[in-house]
Amino acid sequence: MLHGSVDKHGSAGTVSPGSLGSVAEYEARIAELERKVRSLQEQRKLPGLSSGGAKRFVERYAIIGIWVLLIAVFALIDNYVYGSSRFLTWINFSTMFGTQAVLVVLTLGLLLPLTAGDFDLSGAATMTVVSLAVAIMISTQQTPTMAAVLIGLAIGGLVGAANAFFTIYFRIHSLIVTLGMATFLIGIAKWISASRTVSIFGSNPSLIEWVNQARIFNVSMSFWYALLLCIAVWYFLEYTTQGRKLLFVGRAREVARLAGIRVEAVRAWALVGAGVIAALAGILAVGINGSADPSSRVGLLLPAFAAAFLGATSIVPGRFNPWGSFIGVFLLATGISGLQIFGIPNWVQDLFYGGGLILAVAASQLVRRRRPMEFGG
Amino acid sequence: MTPPISAEPALEISGLSKRFGGAVALDGVSLSVRRGEVHGLLGQNGSGKSTLIKILSGFHAPEPGGRLTLYGKDVPLPLPAGDFRKLGLAFVHQHLGLAPSLSVMENMCLSDFAAEARWLIDWRKESQRIRDVFAEYALAIDPQAVVGDLPQVDRCLVAIVRALEEVRANQAQHGGNGILVLDEPTPFLPRAGVDRLFALVEQIAARGASVIFVSHDVEEILQITDRATVLRDGKVAGTLETASARPEDFVEMIVGRRVEQYRARKAVAGGDDASVEITGLTGQVCRDLDIRLANGEVLGLTGLIGSGFDEVPALIYGARKARAGQLKLDGSTFELANMTPRTAIELRIGYLPADRIGASGAGSLPVADNLGLPSLSRFSSGLRLDRGGLFRWAGDVGRAHDVRPNDPALYLEGLSGGNQQKVLLAKWLEIEPRLLLLDEPTQGVDVGARQQVFAAIDRAARAGAVVLCASTDAEQLAQICNRVLVFAHGRIAAELAGDDVTKEEITFQCYTGLSTSTAAPAR
Repeated sequence: MLHGSVDKHGSAGTVSPGSLGSVAEYEARIAELERKVRSLQEQRKLPGLSSGGAKRFVERYAIIGIWVLLIAVFALIDNYVYGSSRFLTWINFSTMFGTQAVLVVLTLGLLLPLTAGDFDLSGAATMTVVSLAVAIMISTQQTPTMAAVLIGLAIGGLVGAANAFFTIYFRIHSLIVTLGMATFLIGIAKWISASRTVSIFGSNPSLIEWVNQARIFNVSMSFWYALLLCIAVWYFLEYTTQGRKLLFVGRAREVARLAGIRVEAVRAWALVGAGVIAALAGILAVGINGSADPSSRVGLLLPAFAAAFLGATSIVPGRFNPWGSFIGVFLLATGISGLQIFGIPNWVQDLFYGGGLILAVAASQLVRRRRPMEFGG
Repeated sequence: MTPPISAEPALEISGLSKRFGGAVALDGVSLSVRRGEVHGLLGQNGSGKSTLIKILSGFHAPEPGGRLTLYGKDVPLPLPAGDFRKLGLAFVHQHLGLAPSLSVMENMCLSDFAAEARWLIDWRKESQRIRDVFAEYALAIDPQAVVGDLPQVDRCLVAIVRALEEVRANQAQHGGNGILVLDEPTPFLPRAGVDRLFALVEQIAARGASVIFVSHDVEEILQITDRATVLRDGKVAGTLETASARPEDFVEMIVGRRVEQYRARKAVAGGDDASVEITGLTGQVCRDLDIRLANGEVLGLTGLIGSGFDEVPALIYGARKARAGQLKLDGSTFELANMTPRTAIELRIGYLPADRIGASGAGSLPVADNLGLPSLSRFSSGLRLDRGGLFRWAGDVGRAHDVRPNDPALYLEGLSGGNQQKVLLAKWLEIEPRLLLLDEPTQGVDVGARQQVFAAIDRAARAGAVVLCASTDAEQLAQICNRVLVFAHGRIAAELAGDDVTKEEITFQCYTGLSTSTAAPAR
């Protein structure tokens, strides 16, 4: 027997009953031992959200420190090596904030299925199709901008619903379904655009006004829309019952099922949500560029995943979280913006995205003592 | 068929001991297995069977002083892990070690692939070799079939033949016919499957190999073995010649007390005040069960592994689909075949699965979220979830259940097993359950926390809940249950109530229930 049972009357045998004055004395000693055990238990460092230590703080907010450091390094290089001040200017940063909004929104869309344990590889393709559809409706069909936007969002929702149907009804892994869907959608994008760029400048530029030309603090609205969405996703994941259910479905599907959560429905809605948010990214892209084309945005898929995984190493480490992703996007974008200003060739961007992701996640793993990563699913 | 047993022993153990910390798992065990013999190994959970087998496979190092002789040669202990193959030993555990999505042939070749690097695999030759091996043992199994598609018994036979082939491949080194250890292969096999397994075991023994057959089932031991050794509390309780032994002799040795005359037990089950009634419950193993429960009752379900008692809580909750059955709860009747966890929760039924991190709670999420999962509606209004309120409430609940340390933000996996279980039990107690279904509630729970879990169960019962507790731990059942149902072969074999609910009586019924329910239905 591995466990001997200990009760009031007989103990583990090391203390002979004669050596104790009375039962009361004995009980007092037991109580003292219990206190000791309790204080030892409380002293133990345990993983959790609040239990702290400097290390925990570093793990959570290192990403902001790295971002600031990167800005400082580029500013110094700009100043001392090139003798200019092109990098650390409000115009440079406000442009970056405005243009990167599309990537932020796309990344936020990925978070929903990722939290539920599914992958959505069709996000960038959905965005491309919707941007073309909206641009075509506005430019050649004279559709009112608001109606075009709503139809665009509906298309995104439909794509998500199709992903959900194949993933959940046929029980195909979401990676396979959304990979196929992405290729399929790119085909549609080429077909409806005849592989050409569709511009809305000439016909009805109100979308451009709403997204790009209206500004707060000289930063175009696209950034503020992305920020609002970030707040909304954060609120949803953290402060609603639906968000909690999503998390349980991703983390412990069996626990969720036994708790009476409709696991399939939750996963389906996450994929639909991802489709709608990807559509929103497409609409913002039309507003920023004034045009849509079937190829240039498809490559955003991998940066979006990079930002999502980078975000999952910070702010709420080990969990996909909107603020981590938000900062992740701008961390990567800052690096690229700096490199562009210094006239470093384009291919360095790819090195920066890919290398940056792996190094950042590797560094965060060192802080976590190389514990296995767990993202659910 | 009479196997040609020679007096010469294939395996001889003497004075084998093993301690884990202060606990003695094996205490001077001696055992001898002859060539061509099927030797049974029996004992309760914790009697030392698995420790003995793990020493033979090189997983545990025994205390100095023990001796192991194989085919007349002294073998130095501890055995280096993995060396057992070269010594002529082969093991088949309940977990067979087959890759279900690969073919029989690929699985059969696995050990060859692990042992040597080949740059050209002649699949036709391999296939022919495996066909020959199967033909030798008269097995009709297609080498091309995917293991996962085979019935359980065929998988078991493949694993056995693979283990024997490994022994044969190393025959030059050990010079024997092999010693096959079958570690509880039968609990999940249907009756016809057990017969096929036994036919193979007899063939193996007829070829001069020895078989050590580990089982809980006295009836099977009587059927297949030549001799059997019973372990109790780490010591050899005795070795019997099976041909001249009665089932009671074995049960007596296993349980460790004189077998009283078998008493037929009359049902004392809940009278007219039964508030929960389960009728005709049929699942994978259990068949046509009727259980009546009264308010405030704690009913224990137990039996040997594979007897079907452990699936009852999951079937009632709808965690697993029942084939048939009805649940009558406070006057309303529900079909259990249509039961879902969602409906169960609406009826205030709580279910605590045995798999603590995996089915019961999410280890990588905070205590507060785990606690609040079934009570979320309490903290939400419209879209909003009151996180602050949830955490404050979780702190109060944690204090009430003495969770240590009581920090709702801690991840569940950061707590000790006992404290995890306090949290997960509290999660259900907070919905004030009408029916609480527990599956091994104190597995891996330390002694102190165990008493607190019991106290919580007791409080729930006093508050009017009906508690159903499935467990293999007789001591625990004796401590918390008013009544215990002992299962055998998917049916209730005995019912214990009142003064009969003791650890010894429960254990005794587990073993006799099995051998009497089919051999001699005494009712």
